Amino acid sequence: MSRTTKHSKWRYILLGIATWLAAFTMPQTAQAEYGDVVINNYADAAGIRPVVFPHWFHRIRFRCKVCHADLGFAFKAGGNKIDMAKIIDGKFCGACHNGEVAWSVENCSMCHSGIPGTPTHFHGSTVQRLIAPAYKPVEAK
Amino acid sequence: MNLRNKSLLLSFAFSMAVSAPAMANEQVSAEGAQSEVIHLAQVSGANIFNRNLKKEEQRNAPPPEDGIHDTENEGTFVLQAPLEAYQGLPPSEYGNYVDWVKAIDEKKLNPRWDRVNSAEEPFVMDMDIVREVKASVPDVVFPHRQHTEWLACSNCHPAIFIPQKGANQINMSGILLGQQCGVCHGKVSFPITTKSCVKCHSKPKPADWQPPLSESTLKNPWR
Ligand code: HEC
Ligand code: HEC
Ligand code: HEC
Repeated sequence: MSRTTKHSKWRYILLGIATWLAAFTMPQTAQAEYGDVVINNYADAAGIRPVVFPHWFHRIRFRCKVCHADLGFAFKAGGNKIDMAKIIDGKFCGACHNGEVAWSVENCSMCHSGIPGTPTHFHGSTVQRLIAPAYKPVEAK
Repeated sequence: MNLRNKSLLLSFAFSMAVSAPAMANEQVSAEGAQSEVIHLAQVSGANIFNRNLKKEEQRNAPPPEDGIHDTENEGTFVLQAPLEAYQGLPPSEYGNYVDWVKAIDEKKLNPRWDRVNSAEEPFVMDMDIVREVKASVPDVVFPHRQHTEWLACSNCHPAIFIPQKGANQINMSGILLGQQCGVCHGKVSFPITTKSCVKCHSKPKPADWQPPLSESTLKNPWR
């Protein structure tokens, strides 16, 4: 008899089946568009859905420079501490979503469309695919 | 390796390939050191460097099917589907699956350079910066032209890059972690995938190229 313990092949087949089943019953991957940002600094805490910002929709209409140089959006998901007061004041999103350049803030559900509880993150980014970075929600004041 | 071990290994590798992306999707939150809540974000897919792992099932999913929009929210159904907007734009193999540079070059797209004035033109500067890479991969050509079509100088200089050739430390690990070129590439501008390496690494090495020798090797008298 060899030194390695002999197991029945059924053991391995069962293990395989179990892993397969586990794989298919687990939640499926989110497939949102590349560049979509979920912003949830304050939304969840305030009892409203987090915001989904679609980069693709905006870059068809504006070059990056308009928001990232002229309007002062930092290159960081959740890094701008945007809130409704600033938007109504004409800052950040409010520079365009004022009923003149684009539709106004009355259309709450078009921006606040994310699944509740989704943390602030950059959807599908390389960083995210490699490691899951820790996102610290900004404390609501 | 005997057949049994081999088949065990294979079945394990295979089931990992199937289950890893699904498992990674599970949201983790943990109690941080100063008892502040740290959310680990959802990991969106398999390790894209391993081509054996699962591909994205659906490209350019419409908002109600994309997994981050709430289907109980009526606004979700008012939003445009990406594919509708991409009609007629040149395709690519990664990211949004749209070649944004080509779209502007071919005049399929002319996004505004100013928030309100659609007549304002970008200040385009055609200057390539070649960065010789010590590794055996092709050298990197950084093209200012394509970047200044979209961005202002102040977006990169001086916060991300000192405007002086060779003054910046750039490497792949930083880029993959979202620094340097990775501030944009891998988030909104084209991502870093096995298919996109050649976009940046576009200048082939000269035929007589040899890997550079380290300082200690050069000092070694017995070399
Ligand atoms: C996408 C980011 C980006 C933008 C936008 C950008 N640059 Fe650069 N620039 C770079 C990088 C990267 C380098 C190379 C730095 C290095 O090699 O370390 C560079 C280098 C330079 C250099 C040094 C060249 C040399 O030979 O030493 C100058 C000058 C410069 N940029 C000017 C500009 C001007 C003017 C604009 C606006 C029209 C601009 N850049 C826009 C990324 C950018
Ligand atoms: C966004 C542009 C970009 C993409 C995409 C890209 N690289 Fe790089 N890569 C760079 C730059 C910039 C450097 C640093 C060059 C230097 O030394 O100045 C670099 C350096 C490297 C190096 C040298 C080691 C190091 O870390 O500096 C290797 C190896 C490399 N890249 C491999 C790859 C592979 C493989 C891919 C595709 C999966 C890839 N790169 C995709 C820009 C890119
Ligand atoms: C501030 C954001 C930003 C940074 C930083 C940046 N890029 Fe880009 N890059 C863009 C954008 C936007 C485009 C347009 C194409 C797109 O969105 O995919 C682009 C396009 C390119 C292209 C042209 C692709 C083509 O189809 O012609 C190359 C090559 C490139 N980047 C390399 C680099 C390298 C190398 C670095 C780092 C030294 C870098 N980029 C840093 C934003 C950036």
